[in-house]
Amino acid sequence: MIGLGHYLAVGAILFVLGVLGIFLNRKNVIIILMAIELILLSVNINLVAFSAFLGDMTGQVFAMFVLTVAAAEAAIGLAILVIYFRNRGTIAVDDINQMRG
Amino acid sequence: MIQVFVFYLFAILVVASGVMTIGSRNPVHSVLWLILAFFNAAGLFLLIGAEFLAFLLVIVYVGAVAVLFLFVVMMLDVDFAELRAGIARYWPLGFGLAGILLAEIVLAVLAWNAGGLDTGRRPAEAAAEVSNIEALGQLLYTRYLFIFEAAGIVLLVAMVGAIVLTRRRRSDVRPQNVSSQVRRRPGEAIRNVQPPVGQGVEL
Repeated sequence: MIGLGHYLAVGAILFVLGVLGIFLNRKNVIIILMAIELILLSVNINLVAFSAFLGDMTGQVFAMFVLTVAAAEAAIGLAILVIYFRNRGTIAVDDINQMRG
Repeated sequence: MIQVFVFYLFAILVVASGVMTIGSRNPVHSVLWLILAFFNAAGLFLLIGAEFLAFLLVIVYVGAVAVLFLFVVMMLDVDFAELRAGIARYWPLGFGLAGILLAEIVLAVLAWNAGGLDTGRRPAEAAAEVSNIEALGQLLYTRYLFIFEAAGIVLLVAMVGAIVLTRRRRSDVRPQNVSSQVRRRPGEAIRNVQPPVGQGVEL
């Protein structure tokens, strides 16, 4: 039978895949943003699974807020990406040192 | 029995699409795999009884976020082959860290399975007789009302920020200037003259 552990396993695998994606595609910021979406999706799976198996609706409410923040983050990230590309003509992010920070 | 089959179908597909998302050569394919991952995650949510979040995932993520990604990927003219050049250098570090992370998560799940942590009273018990959407709405508009409003403000700020960031003033085009059009009065735009016959008018 499908239990909480199954859902947690799927969430864990997705989370690790997201982190791995960030490390593998270190230059390509579009893939990095997609990997962050994967990580947030795995967090949502965890929240919803706990919510359903513990019989508590709060997890689903917070999964909704995670969804909201993820959408806002994607919009801002892609906007920054577009203006970065407009200024530099590339999206290789591993050598951003214009600001010498 | 069908639930077990459907769960494994969705779970395997979501993991496989996640792998293809981070491993695809072409970012357009990555976005399409990401959409498949979202669909299958929505199936997982549906299976567990969180219908509203499943619909939200399809509508918001697939309908808005993934399409936004697709727009940006197709709009930018990037040499993606050059961006993948460093991947051979990064994979030992990446897989090492991913392995450490996976081991940690497995440990955490094992520890959680062993029990012992007392979570106390549940803040919001799920009522059995109302539907998922109704229960979520009742919670969202009463106890979490202010957080809900804050989420709306987050979205508003993100929208304004994205517009402000990507707006640019171009010098080679002449856009419509509405305020100067509205400010213009008939007195300064029209001149009544009565020219004498045969002399024409002076412009």
